[in-house]
Amino acid sequence: MSKIVKYLKSLTLKEIRQGMFLTQKYFFKRKFTVRYPEEKTPKSPRFRGLHALRRYPNGEERCIACKLCEAVCPAAAITIDSEEREDGTRRTTRYEIDLFKCIYCGFCEESCPVDSIVETDIHEYHMETKNKKVITKEQLLAIGDMYEEQIANAREQDKKYR
Amino acid sequence: MMETVIYLAWTMAKILAIVLSVVLVVAYLTYFERKVIGFMHARIGPNRVGFLGFKLRGIGQPFADVLKLLTKEIIFPQKANKFLFVIAPMITLATAFAAWAVIPFSDGLVLTDVNAGLIYVLAMTSLGVYGVIIAGWASNSKYALLGALRSAAQIISYEIAMGFALVGVIVAAGTLNLSGIVNGQQGGILNWYFIPLFPLFIVYYISGVAETNRLPFDVAEGESEIVAGFHVEYSGAAFALFFLGEYANMILISALATIMFLGGWLSPIGGDSWLAQPSILWFIAKTSVFLYVYFWLRATLPRYRYDQIMRLGWKVFIPITIVWILVAAVLKVYQIGPWF
Amino acid sequence: MSPELLIQILFYLFGALAIGSGMAVVSVRNTVYSALFLVFCFFNVAILWMLLEAEFLAIILVLVYVGAVMVLFLFVIMMLDIKKVTKSQFKSGYTKAALLIAAAMLVELMMLFGYRMKSQLPADELIRQGESYSNVTEIGMTLFTDYVYAFEVAAVILLVAIVAAIMLTIRKRPENKQIDASKQIHVNPADRFRVVSMDAEKGNGEES
Repeated sequence: MSKIVKYLKSLTLKEIRQGMFLTQKYFFKRKFTVRYPEEKTPKSPRFRGLHALRRYPNGEERCIACKLCEAVCPAAAITIDSEEREDGTRRTTRYEIDLFKCIYCGFCEESCPVDSIVETDIHEYHMETKNKKVITKEQLLAIGDMYEEQIANAREQDKKYR
Repeated sequence: MMETVIYLAWTMAKILAIVLSVVLVVAYLTYFERKVIGFMHARIGPNRVGFLGFKLRGIGQPFADVLKLLTKEIIFPQKANKFLFVIAPMITLATAFAAWAVIPFSDGLVLTDVNAGLIYVLAMTSLGVYGVIIAGWASNSKYALLGALRSAAQIISYEIAMGFALVGVIVAAGTLNLSGIVNGQQGGILNWYFIPLFPLFIVYYISGVAETNRLPFDVAEGESEIVAGFHVEYSGAAFALFFLGEYANMILISALATIMFLGGWLSPIGGDSWLAQPSILWFIAKTSVFLYVYFWLRATLPRYRYDQIMRLGWKVFIPITIVWILVAAVLKVYQIGPWF
Repeated sequence: MSPELLIQILFYLFGALAIGSGMAVVSVRNTVYSALFLVFCFFNVAILWMLLEAEFLAIILVLVYVGAVMVLFLFVIMMLDIKKVTKSQFKSGYTKAALLIAAAMLVELMMLFGYRMKSQLPADELIRQGESYSNVTEIGMTLFTDYVYAFEVAAVILLVAIVAAIMLTIRKRPENKQIDASKQIHVNPADRFRVVSMDAEKGNGEES
């Protein structure tokens, strides 16, 4: 008996009607889409995007070519060559990051003893040919110069958790 | 001689008008679908492509899609049967468009008013399976073949339930002519066939969804299991033809449901206003409702498992339709209501 | 161009296509091709019937044979993965028997045509009906009045054939783990689990 009742009940398509009602309700609800280039979601100060090399306020580059970042990099994306400069300090002659290899883990930044290599929150960048995927020391320093204010600000915000 | 030429040219012009309008409707149906599903997902759907620098809520999206598909390369798989591979999408499209020859859009607005219109439409939709099955075999790919087999089995199974549902309409209308079926429903909303034939109406619509391989019955495509089913190997314009055929079939099923159960171009309201006049606008409005339900179902229901689809077709729909044909026959014999 | 001439031209065109595709069915190497040629042949025959104003029969031919039967044929052929027929297979012992049967059928057909020609029908004139004539109604009336018993018997025979085919091929395999969809659907949540309301456990939170 209950089987027949169940069968007849199933013919009323009750569950499907419930589901359809729900989707119809959402049809009229507020939409959550962020219209991306015009609207942007807020980013954390810890966001790990494009890399940059920083300088001291006096203009001296921070990097001392200790190669810790090269050693720690899990994707082997960093290549460093170093030489002694005229003033006797050790400096990099080559500092390159392969952006296709990089997994943006942030280990290089953590390992850096002088806070030289950092990851900025820039995530909208592109390269038009494949050989542009490796960014050089000059480019990295230029990025650092350009966004120094924002980089310093983000480090300041995150200071007490480091 | 001259008369024949003029007649042929006039017929060609009519065919072209129907085909062009169906293609345009298909183009905007894709836009409509993406918008509806987007809204139901609490998204806003495509809103970027417009005309002349104005976005206009993405109204130019279908044209961008068409241009993209037409300019892409058609890739032939290795060892594919080239002739059949090319001909399969054409078969799908041709059968999908051929059925439109007998659809009456309004009183007298029909290409050919044949007597056996209903079974002609049924025959044409059943031919659509050839496009699928040939595409699946010619691509020389296991996913394509699996998708084709699934789709063919599904279409054949649901054709029976669909045919039985149509038998009820034929019993009620006493004719196979589609204009005749609409004219049999004259006299207000209560005279439409969906009232006495309600179960058949539901069965017909659900079978129609299954017949066009749309969600929740899209196991023939099933991107999570067999990638994209019978048209995995198709790209560019060939894929566009399959797409066009599928959407033209959806509109066809909706139009047929309108004609057979909701009184075609007849108006649901009485009175003397222009809205009460039977017109093509009512036909379009009713068809749009069915198309909306297509997308509504897609946004709501997950995909059926294959054995459940077969069970639904054979063990649920066919018994229901047979029972209701008996009921319809009894109603017909005793001439009950305004319908029979 | 008069309509009669047009119809004549169409008749010979589609007749030739039907015969040609019929020949192709038996002579093509690829089995899938030969099935598709059979479909094409049916199609052309349907058009010939259409020219004879038998549109119901024509559409039913397309609907039943092309739309359903041939799809199943194609299904089977594709599943079996038959290799292309080789020349040696063509020359096997069947050829002579096949030729004999074909000849016998041809003679029979000729005799039938000869008989028909001599007797009733004027061969070159088709009896055309008016616009309002619907052969759907006509076939329906004949089928369900004059031939109702034959019709029902045919239906029963087909039903018996279906049941017999299922009975012959069905087999229960013990290793088959197929699930009964009906049983699954009729499961009630209440039969499977119950929601219990209980107080929160008090512990030191270290036990897992």
